[in-house]
Amino acid sequence: MIPASFDYVRAKSLRDALNAIGTDGTKVLAGGHSLIPMMRFRLAQPGRLLDIGQLAELKGIDLKGRGARIGAGTSYRELLDSPELAERYPLIAEATRGIGDVQVRNRGTIGGGLAHADPASDMPAVMLALGATFNLRSKGGKRSVAAADFFTGAFTTALASDELLIDIALPAPPKKAGMAYASFEQKASGYAIAAAAAVVTKSRKTITGVTLALTGVGDRAYLADASGAVGSHGDDAALEAAVANVTKGIDVNGDIHASVEYRSHLARVVARRAIALALSRAG
Amino acid sequence: MATLFGSGIKRREDPRLITGSGTFTDDIKLPGLTFAAMVRSPYAHATIRKIDTAAAAQAPGVIAVITGKDIAGKVGPVPCAFNVPNCDLKLPPHPALATNKVRYVGDAVAMIVATSRAAARDAVDLVDVDYDPLPATVDPEKAVQPGTAQLHDEVPGNVAFTWHVAGGDADQAFAQAAVKVSLRIVQQRLLPTAMEPRSAVASYNKATGQLTLWATSQNPHIHRFLTSVTLGLPEHKIRVISPDVGGGFGSKIPGYADEFLVAYAAMTLGRSVKWTEDRSENYTVTTHGRDHVEYVEMCGTGDGTITGLRTKIHAGLGAYASTAAPGVPTILHGLMYSGAYTIPNVKGTVIGAYTNTTPVDAYRGAGRPEATYLIERLVDCYARRIGMDPALVRRKNLIPADKMPYTVATGITYDSGDYHAALDKAMELIDYRGFRERQEKARKDGHYLGIGVSSYTEICGLGPSQVAGQIGFGGGLYESAIVRVYPTGMVRAYIGTRPHGQGEETTFAQIVADEFGVPIENVEIVAGDTESTPQGWGTYGSRTTAVGGAALKNAAVKVKEKAKKLAAHLLEANEADLEWHDGKFQVKGSPAQAKAFGELALMANVAWNMPAGMEPGLEASAFFDPTNFVFPYGTHIATVDVDLETGEVTVLRYVCVDDCGPHINPMIVEGQVHGGVIQGVGEALQEIAVYSDDGQLMTGTMMDYAVPKASQMPTIESHFTYTPTPVNPLGVKGIGEAGTIGSVPCIVNAVVDALAPLGITHIDKPLTPARVWAAIQQAKGGAR
Repeated sequence: MIPASFDYVRAKSLRDALNAIGTDGTKVLAGGHSLIPMMRFRLAQPGRLLDIGQLAELKGIDLKGRGARIGAGTSYRELLDSPELAERYPLIAEATRGIGDVQVRNRGTIGGGLAHADPASDMPAVMLALGATFNLRSKGGKRSVAAADFFTGAFTTALASDELLIDIALPAPPKKAGMAYASFEQKASGYAIAAAAAVVTKSRKTITGVTLALTGVGDRAYLADASGAVGSHGDDAALEAAVANVTKGIDVNGDIHASVEYRSHLARVVARRAIALALSRAG
Repeated sequence: MATLFGSGIKRREDPRLITGSGTFTDDIKLPGLTFAAMVRSPYAHATIRKIDTAAAAQAPGVIAVITGKDIAGKVGPVPCAFNVPNCDLKLPPHPALATNKVRYVGDAVAMIVATSRAAARDAVDLVDVDYDPLPATVDPEKAVQPGTAQLHDEVPGNVAFTWHVAGGDADQAFAQAAVKVSLRIVQQRLLPTAMEPRSAVASYNKATGQLTLWATSQNPHIHRFLTSVTLGLPEHKIRVISPDVGGGFGSKIPGYADEFLVAYAAMTLGRSVKWTEDRSENYTVTTHGRDHVEYVEMCGTGDGTITGLRTKIHAGLGAYASTAAPGVPTILHGLMYSGAYTIPNVKGTVIGAYTNTTPVDAYRGAGRPEATYLIERLVDCYARRIGMDPALVRRKNLIPADKMPYTVATGITYDSGDYHAALDKAMELIDYRGFRERQEKARKDGHYLGIGVSSYTEICGLGPSQVAGQIGFGGGLYESAIVRVYPTGMVRAYIGTRPHGQGEETTFAQIVADEFGVPIENVEIVAGDTESTPQGWGTYGSRTTAVGGAALKNAAVKVKEKAKKLAAHLLEANEADLEWHDGKFQVKGSPAQAKAFGELALMANVAWNMPAGMEPGLEASAFFDPTNFVFPYGTHIATVDVDLETGEVTVLRYVCVDDCGPHINPMIVEGQVHGGVIQGVGEALQEIAVYSDDGQLMTGTMMDYAVPKASQMPTIESHFTYTPTPVNPLGVKGIGEAGTIGSVPCIVNAVVDALAPLGITHIDKPLTPARVWAAIQQAKGGAR
């Protein structure tokens, strides 16, 4: 478990980091809880680590207005320590509680996890369901990418090699929305075999809106169409019908833990359970 | 003074172990220490065309690159020490470093020695091995079929052995039986996963010819012996130290190539050498457990009397026979085919197979969990077939207490026990009848609840040495202890076993402190260093307390007998007139005339006034060789809820009633049950080592191998009955493995019971959600 040799640079400021990031073979280190294990297995052998873990500019949760801005360097622990964030986006807290273990949540950062883009990690689905926008910056400028356009494949994102994820902007949640995260975990890793994040609105007893995102199912987290539930009362049959096609067009993973058939089935189960739970919390 | 025997005092070793104050092998630091790393085969089966070490040898920090050619004639083959007789056992050579052919992923082809661990690891990637891959075989049943890849020229058809066991006349019983049930069972391969990976440090003094080897060992004396044999070094010039050991579960019994190579390197290079495996290496090269494909059947009457059991077992040994491997699926397995029952006719065939996989050896329970599992699964199938409650079938067939000691069909004699009492108590504790009613009701509401029973007995406390000789075990199975009393009355006791998490530093001190009537603080237990401890055979087979504890007790009794003679002399009294009371010998009827243990310790050690003919000093050694094994037993019952939609199994309650005789330390006994049950529940629900067809371990990290987590495990309601064994002076039986042996079948039985309405009769463990769901889909498809 000894990584190949590498250089290490600790960025002193954001400007410093953006100057250093483009160099060949450089990999950005935040909390390190995804990158370091890969390096210890020598699956990743970066020539240089650029440590942005100390940058105050990347930390913090800003809840001014009705949305939120979360610094990419904010740890999972810090997310959980914000009751205001949990109040506005209970989905974040619910999913974050299931990430890794205490040590991972203490060190791991939301931006690091999103930029790593593990196909089974939780936060990408949460970001998709909440309609997040990712603010990126490079030495040459800044741009914003919608979560839906950010995840481009397994462990790959829209980030250019000289870009850093700076923060995440969340729009105001729909009024009186219910949110839920339902994950069916692989017992060894704790990663999702299939997990669903749902945001549901209703009027009286009728569902008026559903945003559903799935993770663990294919090569990346994705928004799935569950609009069939809109107009229903959310009874089992209606939800079952609404989630029947959530893996349509997705190249579903099969591995030693779950066959394609089983994972597709679980995707429908967690989708339905997340919507039902979110519905019960709406209004 | 209250006795310590029976007192659940806290473990004395824990403050050391949980504050980082222990010393494990990897903690050993020596002047000029160098570090080894192994170059291992990425192929399961391949011929080696060429090994080019030039680049590695030039790499910074590298001191030596050692290949199989270098060690030829200097490091012998890795030995197997369980030469099971009458089974045509074939033990092909197991080179410490492969030269011509590699036979599993992880087979070592070269060793790097460097000035740092990192330099050694970097150089591993620089060794260029030219492999010519061959087809691989990984499944113990397929491996012995014609046309399969051949591992060893000396072993046609990959058949390592064919072992038979029989008692009564099973064929006739089956021919005459009204009811027969059969199953094909896969008992999956498991990864022992001790918390501490293996490690070895060697230091050699060229002037004296003395080798010191620190190693993660459950049995340092066996390692001394194996090192002597493998390196051709005189045994008295070898000191093996097994310092604190972080668990083993059987995986630290064997002698491994790594340890011998580290010793060889230290001898050749004149530098001390350390090697420590990482977790992935641990999963790849440290022995695995189980790996059976079984065809098993049971027969009986229509009203619930079991009359016979037959098996045909394919047992995977991996690429080579590890130290104790041949004994595990044979002696430790087949002799237990009657289980806890009066089954009069049994017959079994075990076919050992070499496969292109990591060697398989003892893993917690070693052969007995496999036996118990197949028996207990069959009992449930049989019960279902005749429409009788499985608990009642068990009650009808358990060996009655008044028949003890009881000789079963295979010829071994169970020492003691009231099996019905344990079953009845467990059924009462879990409210068996009440649950059956709730289950009935729940089914009507579409909830699938199940209850599973497992009544087990197991053979442990290994064992009489004479039997060891008869069954081909390459050593004795007695134990020994030295009890040494210092002038101030403080005591050090040296034992031949090597506890590595089981708590004997505490329980053994309780035994000694009781004997001498001194506080436990006055007693120190010393284990693990062959320089100071007497010959022993190690900690495995739940034998440490039943055999080693008995040796210790006898040594303490010897010391006390001498102290009594000295007391009689000093008190000018007849020995027969003395009585032991509250830590002193006193004259009966005249308690003022007394000599306390501490005073006698001083007088014996200064020897100013000894009786004629008595040697100075106060110490004794004792060897204890039991007359029989011990047979702990019990009944475990679990209730489960199965989510039909996902296949997820939730254990609702887990009740176990175990009998291991009297408890020296009830808290430690309970801890052993907890650990054992958790490993069993892990085996039943989630643990499996998976190989791809071409021999790659697909579960090579904890990201894929599901070691049980606390949050995944049920609350264990642990209860006991207490039946002392006549086999040893403490009356104790082993409890280290019982939890694993008893737990696996009750979980599987409970899940199958839950799904019985769907027509499901068996699902192979581990009952992962994916497997349970697939079984449900298949059953539903069949019902349509």
